[in-house]
Amino acid sequence: MSAILRVGGVTKRFGGLVAVDNVTFEVEEGEVFALIGPNGAGKTTLFNCVTGFYKPTLGTVTFRDRNLTGSPPHRTAKAGIARTFQNIRLFEYMSALDNVRLGHHCRMHSKLWDSLFKTPFERSEEKRITEHSMELLKLVGLERQSENYARNLAYGQQRRLEIARALATDPKLLLLDEPAAGFNPQEKVELMALVQTILKRGITVFLIEHDMKVVMQASQRIVVLDHGEKIAEGPPVEVRNNPRVIEAYLGKSA
Amino acid sequence: MTTVRNFVRSNVRNPNAVAYFLMAVSALFFPAVVQFATGGSGDYLVGLAADGGIYMLMAIGLNVVVGFAGLLDLGYAAFFAIGSYTYALVASNHLGVTPIGHSLHVPFWIALFIGMFVAATAGALLGAPTLRLRGDYLAIVTLGFGEIVPRVFRNAGIWTGGVPGISALDVPTLPGWVQGPWVGQDFGWVPDFRFTSANLTAYYMLMIILIAFVVILVHNLYNSRLGRAWMAVREDETAAAASGVNTVSVKLLAFSIGAATSGFAGAFYGAKLSYVSSENFGFIVSVTVLAMVVLGGMGNIPGAMLGAIVLYFILFWLLPNAPGQMQGLASSLGLDWLNQSNPNGWPGIGEVVSRSKYVIFGLILVGIMLLRPQGLLPSQIRKQELTHEEPEALAAPRQLQA
Repeated sequence: MSAILRVGGVTKRFGGLVAVDNVTFEVEEGEVFALIGPNGAGKTTLFNCVTGFYKPTLGTVTFRDRNLTGSPPHRTAKAGIARTFQNIRLFEYMSALDNVRLGHHCRMHSKLWDSLFKTPFERSEEKRITEHSMELLKLVGLERQSENYARNLAYGQQRRLEIARALATDPKLLLLDEPAAGFNPQEKVELMALVQTILKRGITVFLIEHDMKVVMQASQRIVVLDHGEKIAEGPPVEVRNNPRVIEAYLGKSA
Repeated sequence: MTTVRNFVRSNVRNPNAVAYFLMAVSALFFPAVVQFATGGSGDYLVGLAADGGIYMLMAIGLNVVVGFAGLLDLGYAAFFAIGSYTYALVASNHLGVTPIGHSLHVPFWIALFIGMFVAATAGALLGAPTLRLRGDYLAIVTLGFGEIVPRVFRNAGIWTGGVPGISALDVPTLPGWVQGPWVGQDFGWVPDFRFTSANLTAYYMLMIILIAFVVILVHNLYNSRLGRAWMAVREDETAAAASGVNTVSVKLLAFSIGAATSGFAGAFYGAKLSYVSSENFGFIVSVTVLAMVVLGGMGNIPGAMLGAIVLYFILFWLLPNAPGQMQGLASSLGLDWLNQSNPNGWPGIGEVVSRSKYVIFGLILVGIMLLRPQGLLPSQIRKQELTHEEPEALAAPRQLQA
C-alpha cells in the first residue's frame, strides 16, 4: 500500500476566515477513506482544494507523486481525480447518456479537424465511448434511462448518474461529496454495494459523509475536521470513541 | 429502395430533417420560380435572396456562440467587418494606394478563407482575455468590441479608405478547372455560370453551396466531442471543468468558430457588393443576427436558418414594400382619399406606413415571441426549458418506475 493522495499542510483562507487550517493526511491506494466533521468544518473546501477549484493558500496537494497544487480542475481530472458534488451538478438538459459521454472528454483524442469532417477516427472513438458509457450506466443501474434528460431522473438516479459521469473520466481516485445525502436505508445499502464495485475496479474512494452508519461500515480510515482543523485520524472504531470527536459533534459536557 | 424508404420513414417526423429538406428544395427552385413568376425580370429578387444568405451564414455562426456555448455576443458584426475588410485589402487595387504600394489580387476562393482565418484570429484574440468573464460581463465587452471595430476601420485613414471605404473589389471567379466547357453555353434558366452583376443567379447558387458547406461542418461539430463540451459549459461550467473539460479553451473555440463563420460571410459580402464601408457593420447588424437566432430557435441549426429567412424577408422585402402595398390596397378598396395627403396633417397612407416601419417590425417580433417563445423551430432542449413538459417518450419510463 502506498499513498495515492498526500495533503500536506493545506490551509485555505477567505479573507480573515480560515476555512481549512494546516491539514495533513494521506489517502492510501485501494482504500475507502472518509472525511467527516460538523457542518462548516471545511470538508467541501478541502475537496475543492484537492480538485483544483480552489488554490490552497498554503500547503501542497500531491497525487501519485505529482504535485497538483493549484492545477485547474480539468488538469486534476486528467491526472485521475474525479469528483461528485454535494448539491448534484448534472448537465440537466443533456441526456443521461450524453452526461456520461461528456465525462470521457479528457480521455478522447479527436481534434477539431476530426470533428469537423467526421473522420473515421472520430466515428470509431465516438462509438467506443458510447459503448463504454452504456456500460457505466449499467454499472449504476441506469441503462434504461439513457435517453432521459438528467433533470427528469429521480433524485437517487441523479446521484448515481453523477457517479457514472465521474467514472467516465477514468479516475484513479474518486471523491464523493455526501453521496448518501437524502437516501433512504435501501438506497444506502445499494450505494455501499456500488462503492465496493468501484473499489474492485481499482479506484480509491475518498468520501465526505454525514451518515455515521455508512461511514463506519464503508471506510477503512477516517479523518475528522472541526473548524478547519484536523482533530482525529484513524480507523472507525478509534475515531468513534475519541473524546475530541465526541466533543466536536455533541459539545463539551458541563 | 427499402433503404430510401426507411430513411424517409425515420426522418419524416423529425422537424429538423423536414426543415432541412424543405429549405433545400425551395432554395434550389427559388430562382426558377421567381424568374417564371416575374416573367424573367426576377434578377433583383434573386440577388436579394443571395444577400439574405449572408445573414443566414451569420445566424448559423452566432448560433454556435450563443445557442451552443451560451455566450452572449453583442458585437458579432465586428467579425463580419473584419472578414469584409480583409477581403477588400487582399482582393482589390487598394493596397496599391497605401504605403505598401503593391496591390494584391488573391483569387476569390483563397481570399474567402483568408477573410475567415483573420476573423477567427480576431475572435481568439478578443476571447482570450474576456472569456473568463461570465454572462452579462461578456455581453458588455463584446458590445464594446462591436462598436470599436467599425470606428477603427473608419478612422484608419489611407489603410481602410476612411469614410468612403474601399471600392472595386474583385468579383468571384470559378477556379479554371470548374469553368470548363459550359462557360458561355446557354443553360436555359441558368444562362451561364459567370459572376457578373447581370447574373445574380450565379451569386445565389454560390451562396447556397457555401451555406450547405457551413451547415454540414457546424452540424458535425454539434454532434462531436466539442459540441458536447459546449453544451456542458452552457449547462454548468463548474461540473464541466470537474469532468475534465478545459472550459476556457472550449469557449474560445466556440467564439473563434463563430467569428470564422462571420468573417467568411463578410468576405463573400465584400465580393458580392464589390464595396466595403464601415457604415455597413453597425450595432444594428449584430442585433438583427441575434434576433434571427433567438426568433428561429436558439441552439438549433435549422432554427437559426429559418429565423434568418423570416426576419430577412420581413426587414428587406415586407417592410420596404409595405407602403406601396397599402396604397394599392386602399385604392383597390375604393378608398383613394386615404392616399391623398390633406392639410389636417394626414400625410397619406403610404407615408404613414413608411414612417411606422420599425413599429410594425417591433410588433411582429413581439407577436412571434408571444406566440412561440421557444422560437420558430426550437431545439428539444429549449422547448423543455420553456414549457416544462415531458415528452411522452421520456415520461413513460418514469411511470414504470413508480
